[in-house]
Amino acid sequence: MKCNKEMVELMHQYLDGDITRDDEQLLRSHLQSCEACQKHFQELKRTVALVTANLELKPSNDFTRNVMAQLPKEKKRMTAKRWMKLHPMLTAAAIFFILMFSGIFSAWNQDQQLSYPKGQNLIVENDTVIVPKDVVIEDDLEVKNANVKVEGEVKGDVILINGEHLSASAGKIAGEIKEVDQVFNWMWYKLKDLVESVFSLD
Amino acid sequence: MIEEKLKHNIKLVKKGDQTAFEDIVAYYQNKVFAICYRMIGDKQEAEDIAQEAFIRAYLNIQSFDENRKFSTWLYRIATNLTIDRIRKKKPDYYLDAEIKGTEGLNLYAQLPAEQALPEEEVESLEMQSYIQNEIMQLPAKYRSIIALRFLDELSLKEISEILEIPVGTVKTRIHRGREALRKRLRHV
Ligand SMILES: [Zn+2]
Repeated sequence: MKCNKEMVELMHQYLDGDITRDDEQLLRSHLQSCEACQKHFQELKRTVALVTANLELKPSNDFTRNVMAQLPKEKKRMTAKRWMKLHPMLTAAAIFFILMFSGIFSAWNQDQQLSYPKGQNLIVENDTVIVPKDVVIEDDLEVKNANVKVEGEVKGDVILINGEHLSASAGKIAGEIKEVDQVFNWMWYKLKDLVESVFSLD
Repeated sequence: MIEEKLKHNIKLVKKGDQTAFEDIVAYYQNKVFAICYRMIGDKQEAEDIAQEAFIRAYLNIQSFDENRKFSTWLYRIATNLTIDRIRKKKPDYYLDAEIKGTEGLNLYAQLPAEQALPEEEVESLEMQSYIQNEIMQLPAKYRSIIALRFLDELSLKEISEILEIPVGTVKTRIHRGREALRKRLRHV
């Protein structure tokens, strides 16, 4: 194998796909005439084949799981955000119960005072808030812990929390009348806003 | 994994979405494991190192430049970890040894194969461990080249980027490594 140093170099270049056209021609014609180099070349190709075939080179089946288990805990915000997106109903229910047990009842109980928008020329008689004849409310009217009598006009909705609507023939309400007079209803009513604000986050 | 999906997943991981990393691990686990195994020669150790490589990749994902090839970056982490491990195990072992030019290969040619091949046709598993054993006789820096070149058929340029050595050096090492293996495996 005296010729082989230069030829072997060409063989490697050929195997790496890193050979010029001329050199490839040179190699080919040499291989046809030189048995020693032919043998050498066959051995190299076989070596590559042996090293390349790797049927069983695989990690254990739980490799990915093991890696994931070793990662540092994800930032809570991300986990929560993804979880809420995957389970909107459970999220709503969870928020409901959290609110329920975290003092919304006491909030409700402390919230028994009559409340209505001030500065709109409304009249209060006993338990009843009256929208007088010549008064027009441009927006929604939200009244808590009192009845409502509309003799004038409400352009939005009338929202009654823990109260009743006492109809007055002359009154006009453009929107809906929503009576929210149970603690749970009131919570759902509050919750709707909350849930909407959670899911509109992105 | 198609390039688009990989890019998307990397973006998600950068934003803190851990589940997006799972697909990446699943996709690359075989290759990373095989590279580590070729270099260290022990399955359990290879698995430990490969896992650590993925964990490091996750922790350092912010430093990955999305304009570059992810596999290059990941394989660099894996080969560096494996080389560190080999150094710790046997500080003086072969790591920086050279295979001299063709003449120097006599060293290997003179060493008889440590285990004789069974005469009947070898089972692929046995064959694999035999081949691995022969690869382990090479200096570590040749093993890393052989792992990268013959497991994933990476280009010379990619290997040079992964190992951070010049393309010329990659070529020389592939040639010498392949030549050394030829001598060890010619009788198989
Ligand atoms: Zn010849």
